Amino acid sequence: MSVKTRTRRDILGTSALRPDAVPKVQGKFAFSSDLWAENMLWGATLRSPHAYARIVSIDTTAAWKIDGVECVLTHEDVPGKPTYGLIASDQPVLARDFVRYMGEPVVLVAGDHPETCRRALAAIKVEYEVLEPLVDPEKSIDLSVPPIHPDGNLIRRQQIIRGDQSLIGEVVVEGNYELGMQDQAFLGTEAALALPDPGGTGVELYVATQWLHEDRGQIAACLNLPEDKVRLVLGGVGGAFGAREDISLQVHSCLLALRTSRPVKMQYSRQESFFGHVHRHPARIWMRHHATKDGRLLRVEARVVMDGGAYASTSSAVLINAVTHVQGPYKCEHATVDGYAVRTNNPPCGAMRGFGVVQACFAHEGQMDKLALACGISPVDIRLINAMETGDRLITGQTILNSAPVAQCIRETAEIPMPPNMTNDTDVLAIPGGSGLTATPSKIRRGIGWGVSIKNLMYSEGFDDFSTARCTVEDGRVSLKFATSEVGQGFVTLAPQIARTVLGLDEVFIETIDTGIGSAGSTSASRQTWMSGGAVNGACKLVATNIIAEVAKMRGLDPSTLQIQGTDIVDLSGNAVESVVAATKGKRFSETYEFHHQPTGELDENGQGDCHTAFAFVAHRAVVDVDPDLGLVKVVQIATAQDVGRVLNPLSLLGQVEGGIAQGLGLAVMEEIIVENGRVRNPSFTDYLLPTALDAPDVIARYVEVPDPYAPLGAKGVGEPPCISVTPAIVAAIRDATGVDLLRVPVRPQDICL
Amino acid sequence: MIYSPKSISNAVQILQDDPDAQILSGGTDFMVEVNFGHRAPTSVLSLRAIKELCTWSQQDGVIRIGSALPYAQMETGPLAKLLPALAQAARTVGSPQIRAAGTLGGNLGTSSPAGDSLPVLYALDATIIIATATGERRMAVKDFMVGPKRNALSKGEIITAVELPASTGYQGYSKVGVRNAMVISIASACLVHNPIDRSVRLAMGTVGPTIIRASAAEKWLGEECDLASASSITPAICAEFGRRCGDESQPITDHRSTAEYRRHAVSVITSRLLERCAAS
Repeated sequence: MSVKTRTRRDILGTSALRPDAVPKVQGKFAFSSDLWAENMLWGATLRSPHAYARIVSIDTTAAWKIDGVECVLTHEDVPGKPTYGLIASDQPVLARDFVRYMGEPVVLVAGDHPETCRRALAAIKVEYEVLEPLVDPEKSIDLSVPPIHPDGNLIRRQQIIRGDQSLIGEVVVEGNYELGMQDQAFLGTEAALALPDPGGTGVELYVATQWLHEDRGQIAACLNLPEDKVRLVLGGVGGAFGAREDISLQVHSCLLALRTSRPVKMQYSRQESFFGHVHRHPARIWMRHHATKDGRLLRVEARVVMDGGAYASTSSAVLINAVTHVQGPYKCEHATVDGYAVRTNNPPCGAMRGFGVVQACFAHEGQMDKLALACGISPVDIRLINAMETGDRLITGQTILNSAPVAQCIRETAEIPMPPNMTNDTDVLAIPGGSGLTATPSKIRRGIGWGVSIKNLMYSEGFDDFSTARCTVEDGRVSLKFATSEVGQGFVTLAPQIARTVLGLDEVFIETIDTGIGSAGSTSASRQTWMSGGAVNGACKLVATNIIAEVAKMRGLDPSTLQIQGTDIVDLSGNAVESVVAATKGKRFSETYEFHHQPTGELDENGQGDCHTAFAFVAHRAVVDVDPDLGLVKVVQIATAQDVGRVLNPLSLLGQVEGGIAQGLGLAVMEEIIVENGRVRNPSFTDYLLPTALDAPDVIARYVEVPDPYAPLGAKGVGEPPCISVTPAIVAAIRDATGVDLLRVPVRPQDICL
Repeated sequence: MIYSPKSISNAVQILQDDPDAQILSGGTDFMVEVNFGHRAPTSVLSLRAIKELCTWSQQDGVIRIGSALPYAQMETGPLAKLLPALAQAARTVGSPQIRAAGTLGGNLGTSSPAGDSLPVLYALDATIIIATATGERRMAVKDFMVGPKRNALSKGEIITAVELPASTGYQGYSKVGVRNAMVISIASACLVHNPIDRSVRLAMGTVGPTIIRASAAEKWLGEECDLASASSITPAICAEFGRRCGDESQPITDHRSTAEYRRHAVSVITSRLLERCAAS
C-alpha cells in the first residue's frame, strides 16, 4: 500500500479560517455582552467623580427603597481580601476611605433592569472631601507630595548600569520624548454573567478576560472562597490588547450574585469602559546616544518616567520592559539608564500591546534618526550598521540566543516598492484631510520614515510561565481542552491546525474554554502561539506516541519504526501501515501536557540579569503625505518585514500585522485619552479617535522565516511587534515631510503647523 | 408614549396635547443624549411617517429640503448637483449609517456650532420653515441659531423645511478634523460665489458660539475685486481673505483643539476655498 499524497486542509502553514469567522460576520457570535440567564439581575457601579478625595460618608438608604433594586453593596460587604491587583494587591474592590482616580468604583447595585440600576446609582449619596490631585509624575519621584496610597508614590525604580559610565562619543545626540495615554479601545466592552451556586457556596462566572486562572485567584481571595468554588468560563471576547489583564467587573458581579442568590450580569457602556480598565502608560523619556563619527552606537543614556496612575497594576513590569529595551535592536556596550514607574491620581495604567516597549521604541528610533543626521548617513544605513545579531549582549548583560534577523528585516523592508506619487487623479478621500476636502494637492508634501524594534516575548523576571493543554483522541476525532483565552488573536484556529498536523486527523473539536484544566497563562506578551501552542503540540505528540504504541503492539512491530505522516501511520520505508482514523477506531487516548519556556532570572540593582526569555524583531517604513499648512496627515503606505520564525497561518498573521499597524498609527497621529488635572475629557468614540478605513494605510508585509530554536513550533509571537516601531516610523516620515522636530505622540495638527 | 403622525398638522396638534413630547427624527443626537442619561423622554413624537418632511423639491430658483431628508440623499444624485457645497458637507457627517439617519432638521434643532451642514445654510442665507400651532413661520437661518445649542424654536414648534436659493456660481465646503472621515469638526467653512449680485458669502463653523458669517471679509473682497467673475481673485487676495476670515472667528480651546489652531485652520481653509473659487 502506498501513501496517498493529497493536500490536507487546515494544517499548519495554511490559511485555515477562524471557526467563528462566519458567525462574527453575520452578527451571530455571542459576545459576553450577549450573555443572558433566567431570572437575571443587572449590576451597575457607582464611580468616583473626583480624581482624589476622602470619602466622608456613603448613604445608600434611598437606593434600597427603589422598586426593583435587590442589592446595594459598599466596601463593608466585601467578605474577603479588600484589595486586588496583578502584581501588588493595592486596588480596593470598592473604595473605603479614599478615591484615588476619577472613575474608581465606590458602590455596587443590582436591580431588575439597567434603568433601575441607573436610578439607584443616582439615589446614592456619597459625601467627599475633595483633595488636590497629584498629577505630575515628577512630584511622585522627588517625594515632594505626601503619599496618596499606603504603598507610597513610587511604584518601582530600576537602573541599568553597564560598561564605561564616563564614555563620551565622537557624536552625541539627545532628545526629550513624550507619549500620551493610549486606550486599548476594544470594541466589546467589559461584560460578565455571574451564576451563584445554591447556598452561596460558590460561583460560576462567564467573562471576557485574558487570563481565566489569574482572575480566579484574585476573585476567590476577595470573595473569601476556596479557588475550586470559583469556576470561570470564557465568554465571547471582543478584543483585549492588554485591557482585560486586570480585574474590572469580575469581583463585583460575583459579589452581587452571591448576595442576591440570583444570576447577575454586568456590562460597561463605552463611556464606563474608559474608566473601567487600565490604559497605556503616558511616558516622558530623555535619551542621549553616543556614537563613533561613522555611526556606531557606543553608549545609551536614558531617563524613563512612566505614569502608572492611581494603582500599581502591571506598572513595575511595564517599566522593566521599557528600560531593558532602550537600546532598541542595536548593538550597544555601554549604558546608563534610570527608570521610574510612579503613582499619581491619573487613570491607572497597565498592559497594552507592546507593554513598555512602545514607549522606549518611540524614543530610541527618534534618536537613531538624529544620529543618522549627525553622522551624515541614511536612516537605513544607521540601522544596518548597528543591527543586533544572535549572540550579541543586551545592556542587561543577557545574550540573545534567539534568531535575530534584524538586518534582514531592514533589507527586506527596503526592497518593498514605494507607493506611486500623488497625482491629480488621486482620490481626494486618500489625501490628508480626506472627506473634509481641506487639501490642495499642490501643497501636499511626502515624507519617508523608518522604525525598527526589538520586543521580548512572554513573561520575564523569573515568572514561572507555563500553559496546559489536554488532547483526547476518540474514534478518529480529536478534542482539545485548554484555558487559553481567545480574544481574537486566533488560537482557536491555530490549535486545531497543530492537532491536524501532529495527529493526522482532520476532525478537531475544541472543548469549553474554562478553569476545568490547568492555567494557560495570559493571552498577552505575544505568548500564546509559543506557550499554548507548545502545550497543544506537546499533548498531541504524547497522544500520537500512544497511538503508534498501540498500533505497534497490535501488529507486533517496533514502535520506533513507525510515525504519523499525512493521515497515515507509516513505517521506515514510508509505507502506510494504517490510517490514524482506523487506528483509533473504538479507542480513546488522552494526555495532558504542561509547557514551560526557558526560565528567566531577576535583574540586580544595576539592571543586570537574564530577565527575558525570547525576542522578536520587526522593521517598518512609513510613507506619509502631509498638509503642512493644516498639520493634517495621511499615512499612505507601511512596508514591513517581520521576524516571525515560521508562518503558521498566513491569513491570521496578516490580520495581526495590519491590525497592529492601525493601532500604532492611532498612537502616532490621533489616539489619546486627554487628562486634565486627573479628569478624563474624552471618554467616548466621538472624541477618542481611532483610525477609520480612510486613515488606514496600504500595508505591504513580508515575513522573515528563520525558525527559532527555542520555539516549540519554530514560530515567534507576532501580536505585539506590528504596533511598536510603526509609530516612530510614521512620526519620522512626518518630520521628513515637514522638517519639524516632532518629539511627542500623538502628533497633533498644531504641533506641525503652529 | 410614542406618537407617529402622518401629517405636519397632526404632529403640531400632538405637541399641543402633550407638550412634553420630544421630537425624534434621525435620532443621531437624540439617542446619544438618551444613552448618556442627559435626556429622559416620557413621550416621543416621531417624524418618520410624515412623508412630506422626507422629500425635496425645486421651484422658481428655490430648493426646498424637508427637515427629515437624510444626508445620504444630499450626498449624491440630483440634489448634490444643485447644491454641491451641501453635498460636500453631507459627506463629512459621521459614517454611512449616520448619514442614512441624520437630517438638516437635526443639525438645526441641536444648533451645535459644529453642525456640519450649518455653514452651508448660512452661506446660502437659508430660510427655515417652522410649523406652529397657528400655521407656519419663516425665519432667516442667521436669526434661528442664537448660541451654542440654543435656537429660536419655541415649544410646540417643528422645523419642517429649509429653503435655499439655486446658485449658479462656485460653492464649496471644507472641514478640518483630526481624522480623515467620521470626525467632529474642529473648523469648517462654506463659500458661495454669486456672480449675479457680485458677492462672495463665507460662513464658518466651530469657531464661535454660532455659525459666523465673515461679513467684513466678504465686504473687503467685494471692494478689492469685481465679483461678476472669479477671474480677478489673485493668490494674494485669497491669502488676505483667509487672514481676515480668521480675524472674524471667535474660537475657543477645548479637549478637541486649541483656539489658536482653530483660528489658523479656518484661515487656511477659507483662503483655499477662495482659491478654488478663483480656479473654477
